[in-house]
Amino acid sequence: MTPSIRLSGAEVRRGGRTLWTGLDLDVAPGEFVAVLGPNGSGKTTLLTVLLGLLPLAAGTCEVSGSPPRRGSADVGYVPQQTSVDPLTPLRGRDLVGLGLDGHRFGLPFRGRAERTRRVHEALLQVDALELADAPVGALSGGEQQRLRIAQALVGDPGLLLADEPLHSLDLARQRTVVELLERRRRDHGTAIVFVTHELNPVLPVTDRVLYLVDGQFRIGTPDEVMTSETLSELYRTDVDVVRVRDRIVVVGAEDRLVHTGGGP
Amino acid sequence: MSTLDLLSLDFVRNALVAGVVLALLAGLLGPIVVGRGMAFSVHGTAELAFAGGAGALLVFGTDAIGWGALVGAVLVALLFGALGRAQRERDSVIGVLLSFGLGLGVLFQSLYTGRSANKFGLLVGQIVGVDVGDVLTLSAVGVVVLIVFAVVRRPLLFASLDPDMAAARGVPVRVLSILFAVLLGVTVALGVQIVGALLVLCLLITPAAAAAQVTASPTLASVLAVVFAEVAVIGGIVASLDAGLPISPFVASIAFVIYLVCRALGALRTRRRATRTALATG
Repeated sequence: MTPSIRLSGAEVRRGGRTLWTGLDLDVAPGEFVAVLGPNGSGKTTLLTVLLGLLPLAAGTCEVSGSPPRRGSADVGYVPQQTSVDPLTPLRGRDLVGLGLDGHRFGLPFRGRAERTRRVHEALLQVDALELADAPVGALSGGEQQRLRIAQALVGDPGLLLADEPLHSLDLARQRTVVELLERRRRDHGTAIVFVTHELNPVLPVTDRVLYLVDGQFRIGTPDEVMTSETLSELYRTDVDVVRVRDRIVVVGAEDRLVHTGGGP
Repeated sequence: MSTLDLLSLDFVRNALVAGVVLALLAGLLGPIVVGRGMAFSVHGTAELAFAGGAGALLVFGTDAIGWGALVGAVLVALLFGALGRAQRERDSVIGVLLSFGLGLGVLFQSLYTGRSANKFGLLVGQIVGVDVGDVLTLSAVGVVVLIVFAVVRRPLLFASLDPDMAAARGVPVRVLSILFAVLLGVTVALGVQIVGALLVLCLLITPAAAAAQVTASPTLASVLAVVFAEVAVIGGIVASLDAGLPISPFVASIAFVIYLVCRALGALRTRRRATRTALATG
């Protein structure tokens, strides 16, 4: 089977600085990869590469067997939260619809019924039908985030890239979103790359972790990567990783990365 | 003469056609101007259109006013379109150019020794001076702007209302920003000749701002903005004929009243939604 993502020897540079180099990573369809690391370690930049917005400085990158392409329908994207002005003339259904055909030029007359159906379905998937006619700018952060996920899923992508999608959601909503993503990858084989500061909410569904620190990285299952030994190596200081019930607590890297609270 | 008699006059009919075309363009572009937070750059563009028109009047005479305004508006709109999204930087650059343009325009006007109505018109509008040739030019330009706008509307809306996501989805955000600047520059240049530099805002901003108060649907917002702009322009022309005064104060006042009514309706709507949410969650 063609991997959803294939990175080999990938190197990324930004502003003259090498963020990471020599990254080899294959992501299979339906796989859930959590990307962790302190701010500035190049987590979001990885998504930028996969979206086809930033070329690699070295190495190769393939998404579903071909080089990443701007605006590919096969890639869904949930961006880091940005606020929408309250008076922006945009309803929930408009935001989701833009994810489907907002990048297309021309008159919007063809396939209106099909468009309406798909937008409805995407809203249903994230349990946001009641937000369809609400002005996006008047919604809470969590409500906007659900619409963002619907916007990413409406094109029926084979790969979903999510940048801190649980940020500002309460625990119940976090669980809903994680269940939704879990169902999505199980039923549709959508591979998910999930950038986060907080592994615990997604720990039960995470297949592998990519942990980036200062140009160094480790890839493996949560059990392989989230150990005192591995993280101490990465951070080049003493870091303790403790399992408390079904959660992982990292001590010693707090000034750069916080793993407390927020577990399901 | 009664208003009805006046309406049968050629120059009045020309004025009405010109007004209808202008209001259509302004109403369509308005919601995107508001969505992109470009009210101030519309004002700046209008002042530079004024300077361009005044310069052309001084050097080439009355026939060149339209072209001068067009060149001034499109050049400066391109410049504004190329400015980044950082609000503070943008505002100060616009402020600098706007005041410079206004100064230049005043200089050109004081050097001009012809009819004073020609001078005054660029600032406050001279719609009754529109002749058949102007109407044809205006309509032709209007049709071009409409076609381009129809083709790019959806990605333009995406890039304007949800820029980060649009960029991630491969929308050429920068190219669209420059293209929109040109459409806007052309519309402003036409508006300056009809309602004058000082009142272009009341057609490009007020109807769209009013529409944004009462609906969150981008399509309905465009439709309402066009309707509001048409009501203001047609109402303004008819009322000014009746009163024998310039049209600008009438257009501005009608647009303002529409805005006030929409604001009141919008406040009511927000309160009702808040009550509903409180009932649903409490």
